[in-house]
Amino acid sequence: METFFFMIVAAVAVLAGILVITCKNPINSALSLILTFFCLATLYVTLDAPFMAAIQVIVYAGAIMVLIVFVIMLLNVRTEAGRRSSHSVLFGSLIGLFGLFQLFYLLNRSSLTGQKGAMDSDLINKVGHTELIGKALYTDFLLPFEVTSILLLVAIIGAVILTKKKI
Amino acid sequence: MGYEILGLPMAYYIAMVLKVLVVFVFVLLTVAYATYAERKIIGHMQVRLGPMRTGWHGLLQPIADGLKLFFKEEIIPSQADKFAFLIAPVIALIPAFIGFAVIPFGETIEVGGYKIPLQIAAYYDTAAGKVVDLNVGVLYILALASVGVYGIVLAGWASNNKYSLLGGLRSAAQMVSYELAAGLAIVSVFMLSESLSLQKIVADQANGAWYAFKQPLAFILFCICSLAEINRTPFDLPEAETELVSGFCTEYSSMKYAMFFMAEYANMVTVCAVTTTLFLGGWHGPGFLPGWFWFIAKVYFLIFTCMWIRATYPRYRYDQLMRLGWKVFLPLTLLNIVVTGIIVSF
Repeated sequence: METFFFMIVAAVAVLAGILVITCKNPINSALSLILTFFCLATLYVTLDAPFMAAIQVIVYAGAIMVLIVFVIMLLNVRTEAGRRSSHSVLFGSLIGLFGLFQLFYLLNRSSLTGQKGAMDSDLINKVGHTELIGKALYTDFLLPFEVTSILLLVAIIGAVILTKKKI
Repeated sequence: MGYEILGLPMAYYIAMVLKVLVVFVFVLLTVAYATYAERKIIGHMQVRLGPMRTGWHGLLQPIADGLKLFFKEEIIPSQADKFAFLIAPVIALIPAFIGFAVIPFGETIEVGGYKIPLQIAAYYDTAAGKVVDLNVGVLYILALASVGVYGIVLAGWASNNKYSLLGGLRSAAQMVSYELAAGLAIVSVFMLSESLSLQKIVADQANGAWYAFKQPLAFILFCICSLAEINRTPFDLPEAETELVSGFCTEYSSMKYAMFFMAEYANMVTVCAVTTTLFLGGWHGPGFLPGWFWFIAKVYFLIFTCMWIRATYPRYRYDQLMRLGWKVFLPLTLLNIVVTGIIVSF
């Protein structure tokens, strides 16, 4: 049952992923990308990670993609004209092939799982997924968490300075 | 009843389907009659009668409106982006309705030996002796609210019309900014309840005071931000009739327009239900009437308040709206979180 469900979601995700790069219309590409995000969120739910699923939809589909759609609408690019040079196609395919090769190499190595952490599914069911993430973020990973927030603050200030002519 | 699917007896699934049907029909009826109530209430507040001709005091007006919209000609502008134009009303409508899946609207009832909680996405765990629901219920609602904006944005862009595009852009900016403030306002509720599960939040309020009294600032901020998020007056800039000729839905006609209309009212009902659950004690009330009655009564009171506000306040200007969202509401919600944090930790 769960394998069957995974198959359907994975098929939709791959199909949407292909549509992202093949659609001529940028808005349709963006919509396909949103569909991919939804498929990812569904997979998170099947992995007992509802918090990740909700955050995936809120942050990626709800905030980042809205801004991307916003920009596409403002630029008013209807359909992309065929001015893609052969160089970019060549480089793009090379990078894509390299990535594909890496992926196959990783999947063929037997030890993919690595070291097992302290948080297994029993603990998640007992304490709760959201609580565990919160605890880990604010105790074990406090420094990276704070550094990330400072990084974001710097980015915000940078954006304000870039857009404002007179401060 | 001997069947089990994924570890739950068959009866739970039957109950779930029945709950979906009952809630969906009830919400649809509420949406239909909210349009009537809005015209009637605003009419009386402006010393008019409102609809009077169809049926007794115009009671059949929603049905007449529905029929009229159903039989109108469907027009798709020739320069419109067909796919996005067709899919936009659907994207607007679906998130507006499925938010109800996680809202608890009554106490647990017992039918044929099975305990059934009155919440669609929940079941009664006999081993643990408590109701199990989606433990990120509030985040689910926030996620849906953030998806709903696509319907309006796409409609504005796909119509290939200046006014529609402006309406769509305004809407995107408005919803993204106010979503943030609304989300931060309810963080203080989580800090008090220490859970994201709506069942737990409702149970906590039954044991203590309603969160509207414990968190008055968060309550007020959430109400205002929700009004902005569902594009109701005084924040109905995306469809400002006077300056944008209905904004994003200028080019829509017939049933596609009706879908936007329904989405707007369904959003209002959903937001009122969420506010009831988070701040007004959910379905809890004096015991002589069942829980679902109190829930509906509270939701209807909030819907009435929305209409009252519409009859009272003029529309904000776009720059005022943005200033209010980012420079007033956002700092206030952050301040509220800091103060709540200090109080909770001592």
